[in-house]
Amino acid sequence: MDSITDKQSVGVVAPRVAKFEQPLKLRSGTTLDSYELVYETYGALNADRSNAVLVCHALNAAHHVAGRYADDPDNVGWWDNMIGPGKPLDTRRFYVIGVNNLGGCHGSTGPQSVNPGTGRAWGADFPVVTVEDWVTTQARLADQLGIRRFAAVMGGSLGAMQALSWTIQFPERIGHALVIACAPNLSAQNIAFNEIARQAISADPDFHGGHYYEHNTRPTQGLRVARMIGHITYLSDDEMASKFGRQLRNGKLNYTFDVDFEIESYLRHQGNKFSDYFDANTYLRITKALDYFDPAAAHGGNLSVALETATASFLVISFTTDWRFSPERSREIVKALLDNRRDVTYAEIDAPHGHDAFLLDDARYHRLVAAYFDRIATEIGA
Amino acid sequence: MKTNAMQRADFAAIANWVKPGARVLDLGCGDGTLLAYLNEQRGGAGYGVEIDDDGILACVENGVNVIQGDLERGLSGFADGSFDYVILSQTLQAVRSSERVVREMLRVGREGIVTFPNFGYWRNRLQVIGGNMPVSNRLPYQWFDTPNIHLCTITDFEDFCRDHGVHILERIVMRGGSAVTLLPNLLGSLAVYRFERAR
Repeated sequence: MDSITDKQSVGVVAPRVAKFEQPLKLRSGTTLDSYELVYETYGALNADRSNAVLVCHALNAAHHVAGRYADDPDNVGWWDNMIGPGKPLDTRRFYVIGVNNLGGCHGSTGPQSVNPGTGRAWGADFPVVTVEDWVTTQARLADQLGIRRFAAVMGGSLGAMQALSWTIQFPERIGHALVIACAPNLSAQNIAFNEIARQAISADPDFHGGHYYEHNTRPTQGLRVARMIGHITYLSDDEMASKFGRQLRNGKLNYTFDVDFEIESYLRHQGNKFSDYFDANTYLRITKALDYFDPAAAHGGNLSVALETATASFLVISFTTDWRFSPERSREIVKALLDNRRDVTYAEIDAPHGHDAFLLDDARYHRLVAAYFDRIATEIGA
Repeated sequence: MKTNAMQRADFAAIANWVKPGARVLDLGCGDGTLLAYLNEQRGGAGYGVEIDDDGILACVENGVNVIQGDLERGLSGFADGSFDYVILSQTLQAVRSSERVVREMLRVGREGIVTFPNFGYWRNRLQVIGGNMPVSNRLPYQWFDTPNIHLCTITDFEDFCRDHGVHILERIVMRGGSAVTLLPNLLGSLAVYRFERAR
């Protein structure tokens, strides 16, 4: 890490735990009597508590958004290139919150937590949670932190769906929504990919119907395959071609079923890495939350009606090579916002990286986000 | 907002026409100067459409709503009659499908406003007679690097409107920031029109 990067880092951070004793009625109908959320904060909350920004995570990330841990300096936050002093979301002006969503596997209450009803890990019995449930719990965390209204809620992909949902569920509590690489719901193709991932997990003999903790095992192989499938959808064809092409791992074909091509090696590596730290039950639930997200569904499929009550201003960003949530899907959101005469800016970033572009350090993308936060800072006097 | 609206004589004319609080769509809005000017002068909800990344960034910096897109590909993201005015300021001469763009303007907006450099301006004519394509303040490009592919005269535009069901409501012809009433197609360098669909 060079000195310039270091100066722009929030530095050493530590997670905290918020406990909630007020029962939570989930969309599924199940009620959780109590739960915990792990979160991190960066920057300082200003005197009138107006400079808070919530950063929502996507499928495989969590509350560790920026900075690094004292005892694990290589564990840098997943959006560290976006958040820090002098970065697009500038922690000298904003108080930034990252939270691990309910059902997660990074410390918040989830399938690995103890079910108070049985005294054992929830496992398969942990309820299915939705984007709306997450937003409700995030609002309760905001209550605990004394934040009435967020200057902005921001996210990419599934995180962006949470930002969008915030504008519908708590319109009076959000000033701006930064909706990046998003879709107003999943397409049949998106759901199909998720279903294959879930099948890979549940077909793993170590899955044990989701109660694998009791068997002291994990469906690692299934999770690997699930991640490999997911990963393909995050990259563009061009990006894969330029990164790997048909390059061979050992310079020759092996005439076996082991790794021949670099792309195979890469996917296996990604799968292995992921299955080391991620929990299969959480993965199942997060993919379901993605599948279920569809704010227009309650309004006859009309997104414009769904967004009628939203009052936030929006920055919507898509990436040209994102085929998972293509620019067309973002334009659906923009159209619904225009129908409601909401303040909206829409940018289509010409980036080669596919869906993953939202996590990468692209100058045009970051300049735009920086300029937008600059506008928010001016509004709130931060 | 650093308004360089004074450099754009057409802005004041447009602002005069736009009713306070009106919904405005500015096609090819660039850095959003006109929209910022209109917001300042007229209030209301304005949006720009711009294709260029730098324009989008500048619009955000100028506090203007902007949608990135290619207006040549139509305005499918905008509902019928969703704007009071759709503006095409000094862009008509640079679009490929001029007819389609004007048609889309009048689908999305109740009224259209266009401004364009008048190719019939005497200085332009003189340069052509002298044997060269015109180069001037309003037409600052050489023939080989100009984005202006559909230049027209005031007469050409009015013929176009007549033939394409466009009803002109108002016209201002300008030169150097002031209105020209005498022989406008000869003495005016900039044309500003407000129009609607012919009934």
